[in-house]
Amino acid sequence: MSEQDYMISMQDVNKWYGDFHVLKDVNLNIKKGEKVVICGPSGSGKSTTIRCLNHLEKFQEGKININGTDLIEDVKVVRHIRSQVGMVFQHFNLFPHLSVLENLLLAPTWVHKKPRHEAIKTAMMYLERVKIADQAHKYPNQLSGGQQQRVAIARCLCINPEIMLFDEPTSALDPEMVSEVLDVMVELADEGITMICVTHEMGFAKKVADRVIFMDAGQIIEENEPHEFFDNPQSDRLKLFLEQILSH
Amino acid sequence: MAVYTMKEAKPAPSTSKGLVFWLRENLFSTIPNTLLTLLGIYFIYTTIPPLLDWMIFDATWSGTKEEVVKEGARWIFIIEKFDQFMYGFYPEALHWRPNLVAIISIIFVFFIPRLSSIKIKFVSMLLYPVVCFILIRGGLGLEVVGTEKWGGLMLTILVAAVGIIASFPIGILLALGRQSDNMPIVKTLCVGFIEFIRGVPLITILFMASVVLPLFFSDGIEFDKLLRALIGITLFQAAYIAEVIRGGLQAIPKGQYEASESLGLSYWQGMILIILPQALKISIPNLVGSFISLFKDTTLVLIIGLFDILAMVTLTNSDTSWLGFEIEGYVFVTLIYWVFCFSMSQYSRVIERRYNTDH
Ligand SMILES: Nc1ncnc2c1ncn2[C@@H]1O[C@H](COP(=O)(O)OP(=O)(O)OP(=O)(O)O)[C@@H](O)[C@H]1O
Ligand SMILES: [Mg+2]
Repeated sequence: MSEQDYMISMQDVNKWYGDFHVLKDVNLNIKKGEKVVICGPSGSGKSTTIRCLNHLEKFQEGKININGTDLIEDVKVVRHIRSQVGMVFQHFNLFPHLSVLENLLLAPTWVHKKPRHEAIKTAMMYLERVKIADQAHKYPNQLSGGQQQRVAIARCLCINPEIMLFDEPTSALDPEMVSEVLDVMVELADEGITMICVTHEMGFAKKVADRVIFMDAGQIIEENEPHEFFDNPQSDRLKLFLEQILSH
Repeated sequence: MAVYTMKEAKPAPSTSKGLVFWLRENLFSTIPNTLLTLLGIYFIYTTIPPLLDWMIFDATWSGTKEEVVKEGARWIFIIEKFDQFMYGFYPEALHWRPNLVAIISIIFVFFIPRLSSIKIKFVSMLLYPVVCFILIRGGLGLEVVGTEKWGGLMLTILVAAVGIIASFPIGILLALGRQSDNMPIVKTLCVGFIEFIRGVPLITILFMASVVLPLFFSDGIEFDKLLRALIGITLFQAAYIAEVIRGGLQAIPKGQYEASESLGLSYWQGMILIILPQALKISIPNLVGSFISLFKDTTLVLIIGLFDILAMVTLTNSDTSWLGFEIEGYVFVTLIYWVFCFSMSQYSRVIERRYNTDH
């Protein structure tokens, strides 16, 4: 397959922070509709990898192609790519001065120039889907963490993205709220959206992922389909990592 | 093993038991506290009653200055010179024009935050200064009144208002410029400007504005004295506003920038819709503090020969038929300044509450 056939394709991507080599020859090809989970120890470059995909981070070497468009330093190209990629953050990053509904309307009305009434209809539909439509007129700080993260997911869906990136979406949540967010993500996965998720939720990975990727020290060390990945790890580093996350 | 039943919520025990309890808790709880309370009472007793006597009970409110018999303030001076304190040398027949501007301004200040339509807000913000300028200066069929006739409280407010309104957008741009790490030249210029202005007293800037600015317009163009002062004050205030807003910008978490970028908003969209509303909201108390300082600093324009309210008091005191009325004049000016500064700080609280979404 050529890179044009992939939804996401990273070729020999290298990135440095000053002298610090964060990403080392990262190669990753993801087909349309594929679900990929990335895990690995803290500081291994998981966030950096997915943040390169929508140009929140720049990279110095290599090539990234998103849905047929090469990611280059050009305002128009970056805008085009960001309009296809939704990103959900660990700390939600909702806009606290805007109501939930206004949070959802921002990108559709300002970036995609949709008429407001149409944008409201779409926004309410997505709020319905993440089961939070009754909170539309509240402010983010009046919601629980789980509710806020579901709003953040709905906010991304409003730009109708081809790809959804999740950076540890449940790790800032109280335990009892994790499942309400994961449930929404599982539903989303079933609808065929392309998805990359940085998470250590093994249950989610086994249920949803087509592939699990293990990163350490800025490199992809191992990748496999989820059951083989967790039950039959090959590299020593992955074995050690799995022991550590399973030991508590 | 033990299992406990759920408990009902009970009302909180009432601790406040009337006035005596409150007094004992708050004013006489310890010996030092009691001493401080007594000292405070003594201080109030020795200052307030004489002050009230002078200002109100023994004061003279009407008649001519030859008829004054009472010991207290002779407010007849203020009443006699009131128009000059308010309008300077602005022609008496045209006083309705600044008055109308005052009424428009009050309506503007109270109703703009209440408007929900951004378009109407924007249009009225553009229209407001134009209307005020034409009303005060004249033109479009209104008789023109030259700036050398403007004075008194009218001038004080005008200088402060122009300083505040004009410096605000400049301050925002300077603050954003100072933050723009990817444009080193813009950044250096902004830092240089801000640090230069902040390292120099306002009075120097006013002198420079009145002496240096005309040098750039050499071929005999008369450069309006008031305009020069306004430019100086605006640049001065802009540097301070920029620093206040920069403080607000630094308090915005990085995640807000990232979320706005990842949704595809452009730099200016993100700034105007996401970052600045939040940064300005946190900055309100400091912004108002800076506005209040400016309001008080405007009185320095008397140095370059403009007659603000304080200058008018000094001037009327040298009227040979009204010698020896300085105290009344200065107390009056003090009260005016206080009323304005206090209203500004109250207004800022109203605004702050209106934009609070943290509950
Ligand atoms: N802005 C930055 N400047 C310098 N170094 C950075 C910066 N951001 C991240 N790093 C470093 O890059 C490395 C990779 O960071 P990254 O955030 O991608 O890790 P991660 O795998 O997501 O870890 P975590 O599980 O803690 O989120 C870390 O060692 C981190 O210290
Ligand atoms: Mg991370």
